[in-house]
Amino acid sequence: MSDAASSQPALPADDSALVERLRRGEEAAFRELVESRGPRLLAAARRLMGDEHEAQDCLQDAFIRAFRAIGRFEGRSMLSTWLHRIVINVCMTRLAARTRRAEESIDDLLPGFDEDGWRSDAVPAAERGVESIVAEQENRVLIRTAIDQLPENYRTVIMLRDLEELDTAETAEVLGITTTAVKLRLHRARAALRAKLEPLFVESKS
Amino acid sequence: MTGDHRHGRSMIGRIKRMMAKSMHGMLACREMDDFMVDYFDGKLPTGTRLSFDLHLRLCPRCREYVRGYRKSMELARRVFEEPDAEVPEEVPAELVSAILDARRRQD
Repeated sequence: MSDAASSQPALPADDSALVERLRRGEEAAFRELVESRGPRLLAAARRLMGDEHEAQDCLQDAFIRAFRAIGRFEGRSMLSTWLHRIVINVCMTRLAARTRRAEESIDDLLPGFDEDGWRSDAVPAAERGVESIVAEQENRVLIRTAIDQLPENYRTVIMLRDLEELDTAETAEVLGITTTAVKLRLHRARAALRAKLEPLFVESKS
Repeated sequence: MTGDHRHGRSMIGRIKRMMAKSMHGMLACREMDDFMVDYFDGKLPTGTRLSFDLHLRLCPRCREYVRGYRKSMELARRVFEEPDAEVPEEVPAELVSAILDARRRQD
């Protein structure tokens, strides 16, 4: 999914044809875009919003934006990638506006190091398997809540990189920050999440 | 190496510092942290990757830390990939209509 124009292969023929029809304002083309690309985009909106009603609202907003912007679509990425980016942007904006529970500072969740750079705290063994953890519904709720409670910048970068599987460069472009900033923020977010989820994968000796 | 003591004050800590001084490229735990994202992306240069792997062999705290880090990433992914979050067959018809109606109102 590179944006390097010089080496970019041509859009698939069916993408190009559809884009042309959309630019001409063909009603059937708008319906075709929604019906053919909508399912995958709705799945993405559901993942990001965690709420069906909000996901559908975001999908509608995203398509309206796409229809308005189709004249500016230059074909440097696949049509589906472009649409996915629009959905992500719409969802991110809506998430930022949501009323949230008090967000924790993550500083207390980050690991400590002594003056020589060694880990200053013991690290309990991460024994418990992922399968047995996610088998319990309550744990799935806890995991989703843990992500939800991260400060917004950190929650966003985990969602984009680890859940939507954008690469670092794409994430940087969506967030309007450098790739270095993405990597730093991602590492802190993952470290904070690890600390919050640690009780789940450390076997308690009762 | 149980890793139960503060490294700076233990025999183990002194051994590690001696090793770090004598072994070119030996990483400290803080540097392991700095390389974590690239490690999981498979983007560490070979030399750094070797130093990273060597540190994991020698440091039980980092070994368990990385293990837990990998698990928490996997847990997050699994929760967001639940069956009810799979790609639907189609967009609900009412939603398709609402989208097309909204577009027409914009014209």
